[in-house]
Amino acid sequence: MPDQHNHPESQLQFSDETLKLIATLTAQYPDGKQKSALLRVLHLAQLEFGWLSAPVMDYVARLLHIQPVEVYEVATFYSMYDTKPVGKVKLEVCRTGPCMIEGAEKIVSYIEQKLGIKDGETTADGRFTLKTVECLGACGYAPMMQVGEHYHEHLTEEKIDRFIADNA
Amino acid sequence: MKRKLLIDKAGVPGIASYEVYRREGGYRSVEKALKSMSPDDVVEEVKKSGLRGRGGAGFPTGMKWSFLAKPEGVPRYLLCNADESEPGTFKDRYLMEHIPHLLIEGMIVSSYALGANTSYIYIRGEYMWILHILERAIAEAYQAGWLGKNIMGSGYNLDLHVTPGAGAYICGEETALIESLEGKRGNPRIKPPFPAVKGLWGCPTVVNNVETIAAVVPIVNDGGDEYAKIGIGRSTGTKLISACGNIQKPGVYEIELGLSVEEFLYSDEYCGGMKNGKQLKACVPGGSSVPILPHFLVTKTAQGESRLMSYESLADGGFQTGSMLGSGGFIVYDEDQCIVRNTWNFTRFYHHESCGQCSPCREGTGWMEKVLHRLEYGHGKQEDIDLLWDIQAKIEGNTICPLGDAAAWPVASAIRHFREEFEWHVNESKLSQQRNYGRVSEKTFVNATA
Ligand SMILES: Cc1cc2nc3c(=O)[nH]c(=O)nc-3n(C[C@H](O)[C@H](O)[C@H](O)COP(=O)(O)O)c2cc1C
Ligand code: SF4
Ligand code: FES
Repeated sequence: MPDQHNHPESQLQFSDETLKLIATLTAQYPDGKQKSALLRVLHLAQLEFGWLSAPVMDYVARLLHIQPVEVYEVATFYSMYDTKPVGKVKLEVCRTGPCMIEGAEKIVSYIEQKLGIKDGETTADGRFTLKTVECLGACGYAPMMQVGEHYHEHLTEEKIDRFIADNA
Repeated sequence: MKRKLLIDKAGVPGIASYEVYRREGGYRSVEKALKSMSPDDVVEEVKKSGLRGRGGAGFPTGMKWSFLAKPEGVPRYLLCNADESEPGTFKDRYLMEHIPHLLIEGMIVSSYALGANTSYIYIRGEYMWILHILERAIAEAYQAGWLGKNIMGSGYNLDLHVTPGAGAYICGEETALIESLEGKRGNPRIKPPFPAVKGLWGCPTVVNNVETIAAVVPIVNDGGDEYAKIGIGRSTGTKLISACGNIQKPGVYEIELGLSVEEFLYSDEYCGGMKNGKQLKACVPGGSSVPILPHFLVTKTAQGESRLMSYESLADGGFQTGSMLGSGGFIVYDEDQCIVRNTWNFTRFYHHESCGQCSPCREGTGWMEKVLHRLEYGHGKQEDIDLLWDIQAKIEGNTICPLGDAAAWPVASAIRHFREEFEWHVNESKLSQQRNYGRVSEKTFVNATA
């Protein structure tokens, strides 16, 4: 597995399992429309390589037979993609209205203090990144944060403490 | 009797699996449609039902379907809009998470009605775990012969796939969704041409919300006329409402359209009233984009009539004293909440989510965010309030897609109904700066100006 921060061209290769999945995904679109799989493939790339560096995006472009610039355009437009290195664990706390009125701002400050970082930063050990995000469709279970594919709802300071201890 | 047509069975153990779903009567509508109805018969039932799009705009679904162009030899597509990113809205998630086969079943009958042989569900990237749930359900449906070639010996073929977005509210707009599904940035297209003529890969396309597509299942099962008996006037059928904010029981509820707002907000069956014994201050009844209503216009219209959960009643009074049913995202504010802070927060959201193609939207949302920020933090001037009013008026109606309007309405309605509160932020700048996260402890603002 290539390390989180460098993606030497030669080591860039999806796992066999992911390559198989990508073949299935591209087959879901008519001939010549394989670009439609791009968003999903970028999610897979981020999962496997940590973040979307230029070599990663070039690799994805080659796989889908499109120009690198078509990948860069998409990777920079959508907020879920990281085009800069991030920590191993990314805490994405919702900051939008319904979460705000249930105390999202306090949760963010609490995490900032606890980890000694600000919104958008990564801890020195490269472990945690904090990012505020917009409504994630959990407004009735606020405040909330997303970590990977998991939603952590009805957040409290105790829950944050426990989560950080478990993932340190 | 209160009927539930969509999520009644959401609590049945194992309902997410094909086996249980089928045992509970699932996929009957596909059997019925493919065996005994022509595609046009299905469209006809949907027209009779009076079903209106549940994604926010409320456009009659049957009519939308009948606009679909059908040129010879060109594929047609049905796209399900599962982008669900409107703040306050989390109903589609509930449906897909708990009863995924209902959406798959709806996709099959709807695709059959439209003559689509390949259909896609576009789901917001953050719902990746729901994408996996849907993928499992789709695989089960293929296995059981509800998808694929020659479904039930009818000669009808359908492939169904699910594909993610990656964090962009704008991709809920139908033409942006199509761009995104083509693997591009989510920039809305200029209309016309409408998707019904030129949509996905230039082919005729229908885009419908998750809940709209799910509602086709009971419509086909029981007939459009039966469906139309539920509800009130042109608001037929049931609607999923996601309720949040300062209420006792936030969550997703299926209501019969026409239920009174009073009952929805205060009865134990639904929201259960205000939390912590606080007073109601305001309500945004249909997702962040719709106008905010001050407390005295929530359960009653300006005429003093009881306000109902319906397209017409929530809009009664127009933008002066009404709002909209929108996506069904029902956000409730108690007396401690600061309207200026909430408006600033929403405006920041729209600025963040603007795709940047049109200058009134791109610049206007940024400008409004700045002005609202300085007002909220006690550095604003009296003129800023009029400035805000001017900016929102210049955005509305002057953009490629409705995100511009969606950004303007919350600002306009907040100033219209809560001007005194904006003025308080100017006149009491010290107090305004000292508040803890913008909370107001005084009851100063409960009485909004009419
Ligand atoms: C900025 C913006 C965001 C939207 N987001 C959504 C969404 O998340 N889900 C949805 O179903 N419709 C959304 N819509 C409405 C769609 O453009 C479209 O009207 C809808 O999907 C049509 O389906 P329906 O007729 O079944 O409601 C959005 C519209 C705009 C302008
Ligand atoms: S109104 Fe805003 S979001 Fe819509 S196309 Fe224009 S800039 Fe993009
Ligand atoms: S506002 Fe936070 S999930 Fe909707």
